[in-house]
Amino acid sequence: MGRFISVVRRDLRLALRQGSDSVMVVMFFVLTVILFPFGIGPEGNILARVAPGVIMVAALLASMLSLERIFQADYEDGSLELLTLSPMPLEAIVLAKTLAHWLTTGLPLIIASPLLAVLMNMDIKGFSMLMVALLLATPTLSLIGAIGAALVLGSRRGGVLISLLVLPLFVPVLIFGVSLVDAALGGFAVKSQILILSGILLACLAMCPFASAMAVRQSVE
Amino acid sequence: MAVFAGQDLVCIRGERLVFSNLNFSLESRGALILIGHNGAGKSSLLRMMAGLLTPRGGVMSWDGIPVSEDMDEHRERLHYVGHHDAIKPVLSVEENLMFWAGLRSDEKQARENFKEALDVFSIPHLIDIPGRFLSAGQKRRVNLARIIASKSPVWLLDEPTTALDKETIKKLEDVMETHRQGGGMIVLSTHSDVNLSNPDILNVGDYVAPLGFESASLLAEGI
Repeated sequence: MGRFISVVRRDLRLALRQGSDSVMVVMFFVLTVILFPFGIGPEGNILARVAPGVIMVAALLASMLSLERIFQADYEDGSLELLTLSPMPLEAIVLAKTLAHWLTTGLPLIIASPLLAVLMNMDIKGFSMLMVALLLATPTLSLIGAIGAALVLGSRRGGVLISLLVLPLFVPVLIFGVSLVDAALGGFAVKSQILILSGILLACLAMCPFASAMAVRQSVE
Repeated sequence: MAVFAGQDLVCIRGERLVFSNLNFSLESRGALILIGHNGAGKSSLLRMMAGLLTPRGGVMSWDGIPVSEDMDEHRERLHYVGHHDAIKPVLSVEENLMFWAGLRSDEKQARENFKEALDVFSIPHLIDIPGRFLSAGQKRRVNLARIIASKSPVWLLDEPTTALDKETIKKLEDVMETHRQGGGMIVLSTHSDVNLSNPDILNVGDYVAPLGFESASLLAEGI
């Protein structure tokens, strides 16, 4: 467990020292959402209607921007080889790195989301459920994204390839996330959507590290 | 007395047969120097010993038990130094080293060994310097200090003398001798002279399939 935490701490430290990545992800998120009122027009009820979908899609794209970072730098400087060779199971290392990725990108997105909901003229009833939806969706994105990030190691222009690999897998998360916020806005029960999103998250938590670890092993061979 | 051995090892990279029927055997206090021309498969053999590469044929064993039965245990007993130094540019030398040491031993022990490791390669003055300001040779020293900061019996060193000055090579030789006297074993590949007392020499080039034989031997291996 101590080793798990030390991997998380190292990745957090690396992310904070290099700084720009996390800030860029949040800026991208904010800017993309701000573009919509310009594109659609300032009509309040149209914006409010599309707000949950726009915010979820923007969060999804923003977190995708930084996926490459999970393994790429470690792969290039040889750290990934050494991590693979450490006595700690590779699955645990991958999970630790994914957690660090979520803490530096997913969490800031969740914190920024209410502000964007205001900009999109969303009803205040939906704010808490928007954050719940993102809280359940972003870790899933990090977990699935880690598989993509590990698979494209060693290939050129991996960034675009990751999107092609993982975007289709994000669709269920998107559907139930948006439906959760819509239900909250309409005053309907939200339990089933929360349960499904939690279920997807738990399934990913159990399965994704194994797939990512397998892909990492393949890449360092 | 532990024995690390490999039998009939076959290595294939990108559908090309690198070497086949390679055998090696190494006991505690032993040293094995891998020689051979560029592309003979020295690095591949070291990566295979480390478990990064899976042999396409043959077995590697530790005290007669195939290492593939428990890879975690095998990884626990080895240190690998490859072509890359794995130094993070934004972390200081201390943070870099302590992370790797902490992955293998507990915090307190890591901290004790860490001081010793710095002294051996005379880099205590670099302790707070971020990795991006280190020269190639200094990075290599930090990487070598890593394998002293946590103890493991098997050292797999892929051209460890690259970028090192003569003085440090001498120190490295001393460190390797001390490690052997303590019951450790060393495998290293090199193109330059490294002075170790009575090492075994393995010419990987001897096991390379002659040109034209590649497809035939691939067939023979049933691959």
